[in-house]
Order: sequence, then C-alpha cells, then structure tokens
Amino acid sequence: MKNNYIYTQFKACAENEKLARQIIAHFVSDLNPTLDELCDIKTAVSEAVTNAVIHGYKNKAGIIFMSAEICKNEIIVEISDKGYGISDVEAARQPLFTTQPEMERSGMGFTVMETFMDDLQVYSKPDCGTKIIMRKKIANND
Amino acid sequence: MNILVTNNTLTVKLCEDIDHKNALDIRKQIDSEIGKRPIKTLIFDFSGVEFMDSAGIGMILGRYKLLNAIGGMVYINNPTKAVLKIIEISGINKIIPIMYNNESCTCEVK
Repeated sequence: MKNNYIYTQFKACAENEKLARQIIAHFVSDLNPTLDELCDIKTAVSEAVTNAVIHGYKNKAGIIFMSAEICKNEIIVEISDKGYGISDVEAARQPLFTTQPEMERSGMGFTVMETFMDDLQVYSKPDCGTKIIMRKKIANND
Repeated sequence: MNILVTNNTLTVKLCEDIDHKNALDIRKQIDSEIGKRPIKTLIFDFSGVEFMDSAGIGMILGRYKLLNAIGGMVYINNPTKAVLKIIEISGINKIIPIMYNNESCTCEVK
C-alpha cells in the first residue's frame, strides 16, 4: 500500500507517549523501514508527544491530536495540541533551550526531531496551541 | 530496572524504554539509593534498553551533576545502537565515559 492515513486523538499524559510511538511504528511498517529508521521515527514522535504533555498542556488536562500519512515512500506525522503555545519558536528550537531546567529536561527535543527526521515544521501561537509536522523518506521500501 | 550496590558503587541495569514517564521513576529510585549510602560511582547498564528519548539524556545528566557535586563519577555501560545514537547527538559522551563489557543485562521478568 503506497498511500494511507490515520487520525488519532488521545489524552495528554505521560502514559500515552509509548502508545503514540507504537501506533506510528505499526503504521509505518508498511514501508518496510530499517530498525534504525523505525527507531528514529519513534524517538521523534516521543519527543513531540512529550512536548505536548509537558509544555503544551503543562501536565494539565488536554487532548493531543496525532495524524500520519504515508505518501509513496514518505511518512508525514502531524502532532498538535490546543495548549499554551510557544511565544518564541526560533528560541525554543535552539539546542539546550528549556523552560524547565529543574525538571531535568535536556532541551534536546526539537534538536532530536530535526536530526532524526528529514524535515520539521513548527507552528505555534500563544494560548492557541502548537502543531508540528515531521517528514521522513524511507529509503528501501520495495 | 535492577539496582546493585557493591561498596560505593551503584550499578543500575535498565531493561525498559526510557522516556519522560520512566525517566522520572528511574531518577527517584537512584536518588533514593544515593541518599541512603555514600555512593561514589554510578554505572548505568543500557544493554537491555532498545528505546531512549531525550528524557533519558536529562536523567543521566541530572545524575552526573549530582555525583559530580559530591566528587563521584558516572559511567555509561553497554549502550545499544539506538541509545548510543541519542547519547552522541546530545554530546554527553564528551563528559561521561562509555564502556563496554561482556556482562549482559540480567533482568527479572516481572
């Protein structure tokens, strides 16, 4: 199957970080990714969902929207929240930027997403929420 | 996870995904051991970890700072390919030594 899509929404909580990366891992398996590619995608999804839980909703109640699309040999994952948003996206994308050093956040979330995926787009508006779109081509999917 | 204390060395064998949720639990357990005993060396054994995101980096770095403040050392033992990749991207391998030995992770099945 060369084209497919899913739409999911789930509670913003730490327990669902694993669920989210497992959903995407199953979904992308149609493209026959290598173990390395699969791990890269799972890690990027985990970072995005964790950001939504901790920063988007600041550990309060909320819903995370995750959709994914397979388009030829590429997976596109969109993860969004309707939480607090980011006032300065450029600053937030810098390595080691964190608003919660006391929580031992490494400030590596966006850096990991950028490194492990081919492309990362971040859209955010304070008090409206954040949407990230990540893409990755799977090299050998025949 | 499996905690082993010999003399002043705390060895933590991790056998699960390390993400935001688990990193908090691991951090609590390690800090509780360090609070009870005069630990000088902390060894993380990652041989059983197939997945770790940046929450794991924050957790390791936090323990490094803790041990550093009391004149101790932290080591990363047997990282799998996936764990090594995120460790290298974060750059913490520049301050925390990575070791490999033949001792495999013996995790209890819960």
